[in-house]
Order: sequence, then structure tokens, then C-alpha cells
Amino acid sequence: MLSIQHLSIVFGSTRILQSITFQARPGKILGIIGPNGAGKTTLLRAISGLIPIDKGELSYANHSLLKMPAEARARLIASVPQATALPPAFSVRDVVMLGRTPYMNWMGQPSMRDNEIVNTAMRQTHTEKLADRRLDELSAGEQQRILLARALAQSTPVLLMDEPTSHLDLRYQIELLDLTRNLVQQEKKTALLVLHDLNLASRYADGILLLNMGKLAAFGLPQDVLRAEILSEVYQIPIQINHHHKKPHIFPK
Amino acid sequence: MKSLVRALLISLVLLVVSIGLSLAVGSVKIPLATTLQGLFNPGQTQVDPIVLSIVWDLRLPRTILLLLVGAALAGSGCAYQGLFRNPLADPYLIGAASGAGLGAVLAITVRWPASTLGYLTIPAAGFLGAILTVAAVFSIARVGKSSPITTLILAGVAVSSFATALTSLLLINASGELRRALVWLVGGSTMSGWQPVWGALPYILIGLGSLLTMGHALNVLQFGDDQARQLGLRVNIVRLWIIVAATLTTAAAVAFTGIIGFVGLIIPHVMRTLAGGDYRRLLPLSIMGGAIFLLLADILARTLLAPQELPVGILTALAGAPFFLFILRKSKQPFW
Repeated sequence: MLSIQHLSIVFGSTRILQSITFQARPGKILGIIGPNGAGKTTLLRAISGLIPIDKGELSYANHSLLKMPAEARARLIASVPQATALPPAFSVRDVVMLGRTPYMNWMGQPSMRDNEIVNTAMRQTHTEKLADRRLDELSAGEQQRILLARALAQSTPVLLMDEPTSHLDLRYQIELLDLTRNLVQQEKKTALLVLHDLNLASRYADGILLLNMGKLAAFGLPQDVLRAEILSEVYQIPIQINHHHKKPHIFPK
Repeated sequence: MKSLVRALLISLVLLVVSIGLSLAVGSVKIPLATTLQGLFNPGQTQVDPIVLSIVWDLRLPRTILLLLVGAALAGSGCAYQGLFRNPLADPYLIGAASGAGLGAVLAITVRWPASTLGYLTIPAAGFLGAILTVAAVFSIARVGKSSPITTLILAGVAVSSFATALTSLLLINASGELRRALVWLVGGSTMSGWQPVWGALPYILIGLGSLLTMGHALNVLQFGDDQARQLGLRVNIVRLWIIVAATLTTAAAVAFTGIIGFVGLIIPHVMRTLAGGDYRRLLPLSIMGGAIFLLLADILARTLLAPQELPVGILTALAGAPFFLFILRKSKQPFW
């Protein structure tokens, strides 16, 4: 279980995150939502070890993540970044193989096992046919799937995604999130997804964490967090909720 | 991997041919057969001892030195382009050339007595100048625990300009030594004999060897520092390792031949158009390509206006620029 205790981050005199505490469970998607500047991306960056934290504790299965060297952390936590500004001249298979970096020596010579894991990751993300293509020949949706495959190749129990759908069209958004949900359930991964689109969060997340101005505004099941009075206050616009197949459906009034 | 072996074999053949040409060509014409005989059968008496001396004491050490320097410049240029993720990066980007220039010109203008020791002060000063400048740039650019790439490049440019200005100041005040200093600055002061070969060899071998282990790390770094960390790479250590290795390599090259431009910039790009962006392939191929290119440029430098010799640094740009532009024009896909 991924456990975040009293996490606080200060940049200069600004508090970016204030005493955030929550836990995330295997096999479930935890959707992280909130207005711009609420601290969503900072939270993911802190968990993946990119920025130092000022107070609090981060742990996975009772092992503290804070003092862990980069490669040990990368064997527990994989991140799927947005597919922007990727180096063009790499083959798809080489990119997925980079997911094995925390298990390789400096020379990066893949073992049999590395090859098998990469094959599995590519099969799971339906990217085997792209193996020899160059990254810059692919569509945005395909590139995002490649980055998901790379994260799967890291064989980590925790998966972090920062707005993976933000520059994808509707079809690719749904494809990617369907795929992610299936993988999270099959592989019992603990997934944290930052999502801007509240309706996608409602559709895919098993739990929702709502951040506002660096504080945890609400944390719970989608139907308990995605409520008109809570969201109206945080986003500061009138919001109406309809229920569709038992899932909250969010409209600005 | 199969394609890498094939590419390395092709470049090895080209390298051997270039070495042969470099040994055979010069102001004294020696037939290839005689050269080979002189090289592999020096005990045989048919070979004129003067010819033997030209091959053994002049051409062979010069060939080996230039081969090493070409490999050093292209290898470290390739590593810097990968490290800084910048197609304009070359071995001199963060101050190695301007620092070496300042050191060497300083040594030339203070006019040490022209003893052997005095002669060796120039490469030593160039070597020290390069290393001190890069170390200064690296420590100035530190923010907290790491040195952000753009800060490094900007600090490099600023410190380089400063060192270059100091060099110009020295040159304006220097009277008789001006020509010697200028020749050094355009890469025309290749020293003769075996001494520079033994001086440069350990640094270049160790430096290039270290860089060759960094191919995978450079591949990971192409995705940016954040993703590299998330993939488990110890970015700060890797960056320091590459900078130290590339700087030692470059400094050793600059010390014994002066500042030879363009090799470290274009050879990695040429290899990138031929072999793609994978640094595990790009590094060894750039090293081979740099050695071949500099040998060929030196052959031209020795023969074009023979018996006068042109500084090889001028030739690398004169011959290299059109060649590179041709490759750039022909390349069908964006290679950066």
C-alpha cells in the first residue's frame, strides 16, 4: 500500500502542499483532481522523487521512499509523462526497453528476462506492431501508449500518470484509460492519475482525491467527492451533477 | 547489434586505408610498398635509412596522434551533444577550447627559455587551462545539488568569451610570438615525434573508454532529466562522469595539436544521419569517424600547398563544412 503521511512542500515562502495524508490501494485507480495550481503535479513529482519534501513521510509497503536511491525507487514507482517533446530518432522497442533501466547495469545490455518483460509490456499495450517504427512517425495516441508500455516494463507496483489524456482526442482518451484500468486491475497496480476532466475521473477512478490550494479538500469514493456543493466551492463556479449509470456526471451550470 | 558490427567493420577498413594514405603521402614521396616494408620489416637493409626515419619518427607518430585527436574530439562532441541535448554542442561548448587557448597563449607569451621543458609548457598550460575553465563553469552553474543544462551552457558561453577576450589582450601585447600563438589557436601546431603521442594516449584512451560505457545513460537522458530520474538513472553522477571524461579527452587533444574546430560538431551529426540516434551505436561510430576524418583532413593539409603545410584546423572547416552541408541537404528525415 502506498502511504502518504502529512506531506508538506514549501517553495520559498509559498506552501505548495500542506499536510497531505492519504493511502492508495492496489488494483485501484485513484483520480487526483483540483483547479490549476492546486498542487496535483507537485504531489506526483514528490512521490516519484523529483522534488524534495519539507515534512512528512512517503512509504510503500512500510518502506520509506525518501532515502531510497533512484534505481530502487524506480523499481517501485513508474511514471507515465505526457508524450510531448520526445526525442524523434529512437525506435519504439528501444524506448520501451528503457523501462528496464533500474534493473540494468550502466551499459544497458538487456537480459533474456528484460526482453520477455518488454515483449509482454508491448503486447499488453497493443504496440508490438510498432516495434521498429521511429517515435516521430507515431500519432500522439500511439506515443502515449508507448510511454505506458515503458512504465509497465519497469515492473513496478505503483503507476503514476500526470494528465495522460490532455492532448489526445476523445477516442484515444477512452482507449488509453480503458487500457490503463484493465492493466491496473489485472496487475494489481496502485495507480494515481492526475485528471483535468472531471467526467473522465468519474468514469475511471475508484477513488478521488480533490486538492485545492495545496490542501486536501476531499478524499473518498467518486460519488462522495464529486458533489455539487463540494465542486462548486472548490472550482468557484456553479456546478450541477446528474447521475448516469450510477456515476456522477458533472456540468457547469 | 548486427548492424553496429557491420558499421564498425566498414569504418575499421576505412581507418586502415586512411592510416596507409597518411603514412605514404607527404612532401617526400615514398611508394606504398616501401612504406609497408619500412613499417613491418625495418631490419631489412634495402630501405633507405632516411625513408625509414621519415616513416617511423615523423609520419607514424603524427598519424597516430591525429587519429587519437580526431577520435577524442568526435567522441566527446557526441557525448556533449547527448548530455546537453543540443545539436550545437561540441567538445568546446563549456570552455575547454577558450581555456586551453588562454593557457597556451599565456605560456607562449611569457617566453619560457626554449628548452625541452619550455617546449612542453605549452601543452601543459593548454591542458590545465581547459580543465580549470570547465571546472569553473561547472561550479558556477551549480544550483543546489545539480547543474541545470541551460545554466551550464550560458555559464560556458560567458566564461569562454571572457577567456577569449583575455587571450586577445595577450596577443595584442605580444610581439614576436604572435605567429606561434595564432598557429596554435587554429589547430596547426601538431607536435612531432612520439612524445605527444605518449602524453595524450592515456587521457584519450581512459576518457573515450569511460564515455563508451555511457551510451545507455545518454539514451535515457534524451527524455529529459525528470524522466531519466523516474527511470532510475542517477542523473547528477552520470552528468559529472560524462563531463569529466569528455573534458580530459578534449584537453589532452587540444594540448598537443591546438584548437581543431568542427570535427567534434559535425562527425556525430554525420553518424546520426547514417546510424540513428542510439548513443550505444553513435559513440563508437563517432570515435571511428572522427579518427578517419582528421587523418584525411591532415593529408590534405600536408599536400594542398606542399611543401608548405596548412594548419589542419583550417582544413577541417574548409573540407568539413561543405561535406556536412551536403549531408544535411540530403538527409530525408529530421535526425535531431
